[in-house]
Amino acid sequence: MNMHAQPQRTLAETALIDAFGERLSLLPGDGAVMVKRDDAIEAIKHGLPTRRVESWHYTDLRRLLTSVPAFEAEVAAKALDPVLDGSAVLPVLNGASSAKLPDVEGVTVQRLSEKLTDGSVAPGLDPYGADDAIGALNTAFVADGYFVDIADGTQLEKPIELQNLQSGGQAHVRLLTRVGAGAKAIIVERQAGEGGDALISSVSQLVLDEGAEVTWLIVQEQPDTATHLAQFKAHIGKDAKLTLFVMNAGGRLVRQEVVVRTTGEGADFKLRGINLLAGDTHTDTTMVLDHTVPHTTSTEVMRNVVTGKARGVFQGRINVHQYAQKTNAKMACNTLLLSDDGEFSTKPELEIFADDVVCGHGATVTEIDHDHLFYLMARGIDEKTARGLLVKAFVAEVIEELDDEALVDALEARLDGWFSTHG
Amino acid sequence: MLEIKNLHARIVDDGTEIIRGLDLTVKAGEVAAIMGPNGSGKSTLSYILAGREDYEVTEGDILYNGQSILEMDPAERAAAGIFLAFQYPMEIPGVATMEFLKVAMNEQRKARGEEPLKVPEFLKRVKEAAASLSMDINMLKRPLNVGFSGGEKKRAEILQMKLLEPKLCVLDETDSGLDIDALKIVADGVNALRSPDRAIVVITHYQRLLEHIVPDSVHVLYKGQVIKSGDKSLALDLETNGYAGVIGEAA
Repeated sequence: MNMHAQPQRTLAETALIDAFGERLSLLPGDGAVMVKRDDAIEAIKHGLPTRRVESWHYTDLRRLLTSVPAFEAEVAAKALDPVLDGSAVLPVLNGASSAKLPDVEGVTVQRLSEKLTDGSVAPGLDPYGADDAIGALNTAFVADGYFVDIADGTQLEKPIELQNLQSGGQAHVRLLTRVGAGAKAIIVERQAGEGGDALISSVSQLVLDEGAEVTWLIVQEQPDTATHLAQFKAHIGKDAKLTLFVMNAGGRLVRQEVVVRTTGEGADFKLRGINLLAGDTHTDTTMVLDHTVPHTTSTEVMRNVVTGKARGVFQGRINVHQYAQKTNAKMACNTLLLSDDGEFSTKPELEIFADDVVCGHGATVTEIDHDHLFYLMARGIDEKTARGLLVKAFVAEVIEELDDEALVDALEARLDGWFSTHG
Repeated sequence: MLEIKNLHARIVDDGTEIIRGLDLTVKAGEVAAIMGPNGSGKSTLSYILAGREDYEVTEGDILYNGQSILEMDPAERAAAGIFLAFQYPMEIPGVATMEFLKVAMNEQRKARGEEPLKVPEFLKRVKEAAASLSMDINMLKRPLNVGFSGGEKKRAEILQMKLLEPKLCVLDETDSGLDIDALKIVADGVNALRSPDRAIVVITHYQRLLEHIVPDSVHVLYKGQVIKSGDKSLALDLETNGYAGVIGEAA
C-alpha cells in the first residue's frame, strides 16, 4: 500500500483529467482501445513526471507544463508546401486526418481514426514503460493520424511528407508506418503550427522489415506558444537501415523522444540531430536505443546552438543486450553556447551486458572560435554575418553528412530561415 | 597611403609590449619590405594593421589615407581596402570556400555602396583568378582551407587578394612553406597587383621572395622598432651579412 500523500494536482493535471472525461465520448475506438485509454489516464492521474523521475530529470514536466489549452483551435490550420519538392503530402490539420489523399504506387494509406474504431491498432497503444508520460498522454487522447504501409520492394521515387499542423488548441496524433522488405523511402515528419496556445502529442511508430532503407526527417518548427511532446519509435529489422534526422527549431516546451530497437542482425541506425534554441524555451531530445541482437551498428551525432535564455537537453542511452555481441555504437553531442543565459545539459549513458562490443560517447560545449571570427572579418565580413556563417557551419556539417543534395539543400534552407529570424 | 607614427602596442592578455615606438610610411604605388629576425614584431605588426583584438595600441597612431584606423574593426578595415594575407590561414570546417568568397566580395561591395555581383560574373572572376594562380577550381568546393597543403593555403590567400582588390596589401611571410615553383606563381600573382594606387607591404625573413617581388623600400624591424630603412640593396646586404651588423649599428 502506498502510504505517502498524493500531492495536490497541478492545474495542467486537473485540466487533462477533466478534458478526458469530457472528450471520451468523442474519441474513436473499440473496447480494446478504450481499455488502453483508461489505463493511460490512470497513469496521468498518478501525476506528471517530475525531476525525481530519472528519465525526466532535466525536464520536470509537472513543473514546466503550466497550462493546458482548450481542445478546439479558433482558426483552421492549412497544409504547407512540403520541405522536399514533389513530396506526397499527408496532412493532419488540428488533429484530423484528410479523406482526400494522394495516390502513391506501392503505398497504402489509412486514416488512423478508422484503425482506432476497428481496434486494429490497440496492441500498439501501450506506453513503453512506467515513465512514458508522452505515450500515456497520447494513448488517452489520440483521435487521428495515419497508417502508412509501403509494400515490400517498393522504391519510392518521391518522398512522403506527414504534416502535423496546429493553429492552437490540442492535438494528439499517431503516425504509423511499415516499410516492407527491401523497400526504400524518404519520409518527412513535419511538426509545425501557426501560433496560439497549443498542446501537441505526436507518436510516430516505424517498422522496417528486412533490408528496408529509410531516411526519416523530423522537421519541428512549432511557434513559441506550443508545447510539443513527441515520440519516435522504430524497430529496425535484419539488414535494414534507418537514418533519422531531427531538427528542432521551435516550440516553447519540447520533448522529442527517440526509442529505437535493432531487432535483426545487420541492422544499422544513424541519428543526426540539430537543436536550434532561442528565446525562453526548453527543448529536450531523449534517446533510448536498444541493441538487442548481434552485429548491429549505430552512430548518433547531435549539434546544438543555444541563444537567448534557451535551455536544451540531450539524453542518449544505449543498451547493449547480453546477446548483442559485435555491437558498434558511437555517440557525440556538441553544443555551441552563444549566450551567458542559455544552458545545455547532456547525459550520455551506456549500459552494456555483452562483452565483445565497441561503444563510445563524447560531449563538448564551445563558443565561437575567435581566430575563425577574425579571419572572416579580416575579409570584410561584418561581425554579425561572420558569426552567422560560423554558427551555420557548425550545424551544417551534420546536414551535409546526409549526402543527398536535395535533402541537404532543403534542410539548409530551413536553417537559413531560422537564422534570418533568430540570427 | 600608410603612416605609422610612434606606435606602441602590447598583448592584451599579459601586457607584454611588442611594438615599441614604430614609425613607417608607405606611399601609394610603393612595395615596402619589412624584414627582421624572429620575435622582432613583424607578424604582430601585420595583425595590428588588420585589427586583431588580441593586441592593444597604447600610444601612437596608424593613418590610412590620412585617417586613423585604430577605432575600426577588422571588417571595416577590410572594406576600406586593407588586406592581410595570413602567415597561417585558418581552416574553417563547414564554410564552403566558394560561399565564403561570394559573401566576402559582396559584403565589401555592400560596405562601399555597390550592387552585389551576379552569380555568373562572380564565377567568371573566381575562375580567372584561380587559373592565373594554377589552382584547381575543385579545391574551392571544399570547406575553407580544410585539407589544403601549406602551399595551397598561400595560393588561396593570394586568390582572395586578387578577388577583393584591396588598396593596401599586407603579406605576412607569404613565402614560408612554398617550394620554388609555387613561390614564383605567388610572386607573379602579387606583381600583377602592383599599381600606382596600391601599396604592398611584404613581411619576410629572407631575401628569396624579394628576388621575385622587387621592393622599392626595405625596413629592418628589431624589438618593435624600425631600426634601419633603405632601398632593395639593404635586403641583399642583410642576406650577406645577417642582421647582427645592422642591429649593432642601431644599438
